[in-house]
Amino acid sequence: MSSAAAAHVRLVEIGKRYSGTKALDNVSVLVAGGTVHGLVGANGAGKSTLGKIIGGVIRPDDGQLFVDDRPVRYTSPREARLDGIATISQELSPMPHMTVIENVYFGIEPRRSGFVQWRQMRKQYEDLVAQWGFELDGNAKVGSLRTADVQKAEILRAVASDARVIVMDEPTSSLTSVETEKLHRMIAALRERGKTIVYVSHFLDEVLDLADTVTVLRSGRLVRTAPVTEETEESLVAGMFGAAAAAENFEKPKHVTAPVVLDVSGLRRKGVLRDISLQIRAGEIVGLAGLIGSGRSELARSIAGADPIDGGTIAVNGTVRRIRTPADAIAAGIAFLPESRKDDGLFLDLSIAANTTFADVGSVASRFGVLRLAQERGETSALLKLLSVEPPVPSAKLASLSGGNQQKVMFARWLFRNPRVLILDEPTRGVDVAARAAIHRLINNLAAEGAAVLMISSEIEEVLGLAHRVLVMRRGSVTREFGADPPLDTVMEAAFGLGGGTIA
Amino acid sequence: MTAQPSDPLASDPVDGEPVAAGDSVSADAIAAPRVRSLGRIRAEHVRDYAIVVFAAALFIYFSVASSVFLTSNNLLNLVYQNATTGIAACAVTLTIIAGNFDLSLGAIFVLSEVLGAYVAVHWGVWWCFPVTIGAGAIMGLINGLLVTKLHVNAFLATLATALSFGGIAVGVTSGGLLITPASSVFTFIGQHRAAGIQDPVIIFVVVAIVLQLVLAYTVFGRHLYGVGDNRNAAVLSGLKVDRIVITTFVITGAACGLAGLIDASTTGSGSSDTSGLGGSLALLAIAGVALGGSSIFGGIGSVWRTVLGVLILGMLTNGFDLLAVADYWQNIVRGILIILAVSISFIVDRR
Repeated sequence: MSSAAAAHVRLVEIGKRYSGTKALDNVSVLVAGGTVHGLVGANGAGKSTLGKIIGGVIRPDDGQLFVDDRPVRYTSPREARLDGIATISQELSPMPHMTVIENVYFGIEPRRSGFVQWRQMRKQYEDLVAQWGFELDGNAKVGSLRTADVQKAEILRAVASDARVIVMDEPTSSLTSVETEKLHRMIAALRERGKTIVYVSHFLDEVLDLADTVTVLRSGRLVRTAPVTEETEESLVAGMFGAAAAAENFEKPKHVTAPVVLDVSGLRRKGVLRDISLQIRAGEIVGLAGLIGSGRSELARSIAGADPIDGGTIAVNGTVRRIRTPADAIAAGIAFLPESRKDDGLFLDLSIAANTTFADVGSVASRFGVLRLAQERGETSALLKLLSVEPPVPSAKLASLSGGNQQKVMFARWLFRNPRVLILDEPTRGVDVAARAAIHRLINNLAAEGAAVLMISSEIEEVLGLAHRVLVMRRGSVTREFGADPPLDTVMEAAFGLGGGTIA
Repeated sequence: MTAQPSDPLASDPVDGEPVAAGDSVSADAIAAPRVRSLGRIRAEHVRDYAIVVFAAALFIYFSVASSVFLTSNNLLNLVYQNATTGIAACAVTLTIIAGNFDLSLGAIFVLSEVLGAYVAVHWGVWWCFPVTIGAGAIMGLINGLLVTKLHVNAFLATLATALSFGGIAVGVTSGGLLITPASSVFTFIGQHRAAGIQDPVIIFVVVAIVLQLVLAYTVFGRHLYGVGDNRNAAVLSGLKVDRIVITTFVITGAACGLAGLIDASTTGSGSSDTSGLGGSLALLAIAGVALGGSSIFGGIGSVWRTVLGVLILGMLTNGFDLLAVADYWQNIVRGILIILAVSISFIVDRR
């Protein structure tokens, strides 16, 4: 391998905004050459965004990236790759219908006057595999491989193109523990040969095992970069979540005796949800904590009829409802605020009024389906005022609102229907501080008025600030249950599978 | 826009645009908001209304350049010649707003026309009315089922059914021969005039108005915008999206059947020949939709825009013919126009 001296990467005052919210704000990090550099943070902290900026997948709005002290400005992952920076992530998948060899040498095929030298390519592949001690059938179609082997192919592709820096974005999130261990051995081998690895992960134990240096991010800001020897899981968690600040802590009733509104029993889906039962009473807010991939969003989607289930029952107000589609759930009085409002919630090109009434347009129409636009405007603007949407103009296009106000309109859509059960998946994601506080008060008020609320959030303070009870999910099961106001670190440890009493 | 006392925003000072102006575009109100700035032209205006200005400019240009253009006879003829295309285009606007596509317009048109002529000859003249429209609707239903239930991409599904429908039409007429029923009932729709206006023109206007009202003022219309703008969100809002999509295809099919009826009635025959309108209808109609400014990706658009798009294309043909501009030039200009119309939102938004 003709690897030159290890490359180092320097990020200076990097900023990145998504529709008004800051995904990264003034972040400066030095990734030393020939080291494994861990990037950790809660969901939405900006760790993946930072990794993608290094790999040329995303362009920063502010700041400058230096590779070996040379300022660079990549406009695509391809440019970064030509410059020796390869990214391995599940979002950047290889070509599934091509073989491993074709993928590994894609764009760098040995060729003579335009023709691919297949024999030479196979020979090179065999040398490469032997050199790195990988076992991977070069003729297998990438689409038929397991995730771990796809990653192997991606790593081979990176080293075949002489990458000096390899960015790995959550590489182990769908690997078994054996596969994870293999990957870690590969990473160690890569480091030995002078490669620089940027390792983005929410598995803190892996980062502590593997990395030389760790950078902690929180809400798009740099918390610190420190040698791994100075960190522990507890110190990383503390850095990721800060002193439970930001979120307002609401008063919680201790003993809710109101009738059970939502009763989920034995809900399961192969490989995703394992025998989940929970009850939520009228006026109760149940918080669902857990890592991405723990099954929390899948649970929410299943109750809302958006994902299929293999078994179990869902009852609302004591009646078992057959929920196969979102329409069934809505008819049962369940409202669902999806995790990604842009993909699953908003009609960006439609007016605020159309967005507000969409799930029940019939209620502002005559018997023959003719809209009563004046009534729609009136009812919408009343809701917009209640939720303090700015500007409260029903005819304005939804896309013209800020993220926080768009989310309030999503609430308005469900309030318009007076739901009995509210399922909120990341209700304040990408929302500014003021809107966040307003949404928290709103959720609290809705519960006070008798709604049963199931709330998911990656931000544990938010769950703790609002929830009367907290359930922790891990690998498709509810593993712990806490009452109101549990200690933050205990919940975090449960979510990460640490501490006693958890079923891992 | 009737101000309701209970509506606190009806007289909202923020809503500074003149009420009348707001009303005239209320067709677009759900898709595109009225932009609140008095007197100042903004990027959104350029993007949303450039086509109206262009149509007016073109109209004025031809009026000045040709002494014949601005006569009621010529203008009526212009609309008359584009009535069948216009009917199909207005209907396919619904399909496109809901996020789909239909390339089988011409084939449905031809097969409906042929079947209508066939039953007019063999069963009795009155049969042609239900059969053309019904056959069109059934062909639309087939398209809709392919797209929703078999998950065939709408582009391919309608490309394929267009081949088959066209083939059946040739089979029915045994190789493209004409079938000619001779009856005043049959030719009434195509050749009759009411108050000096050709029936096809009246039908086109009625279809356009009805579809525009359906889009802008009904629950169904609202749902179409939602499905086209964000299908996932529409599903999560409890909509039966498949049924809505199928309905748009059925409406489009029925409208193409109606267009076929008009054509058969006008010519007094049923022809499976695709060298005429049958061959170019789908592309002309979709060009009209795009030129008017509706989004080919769904969620944005309206029927009045399509009418405008179709009429601009018609005006070009009519005006250039009057000015004796060669055919090939006409096509070059049409092509450039469509590109301009489709890229304007990108150009404006990027600035």
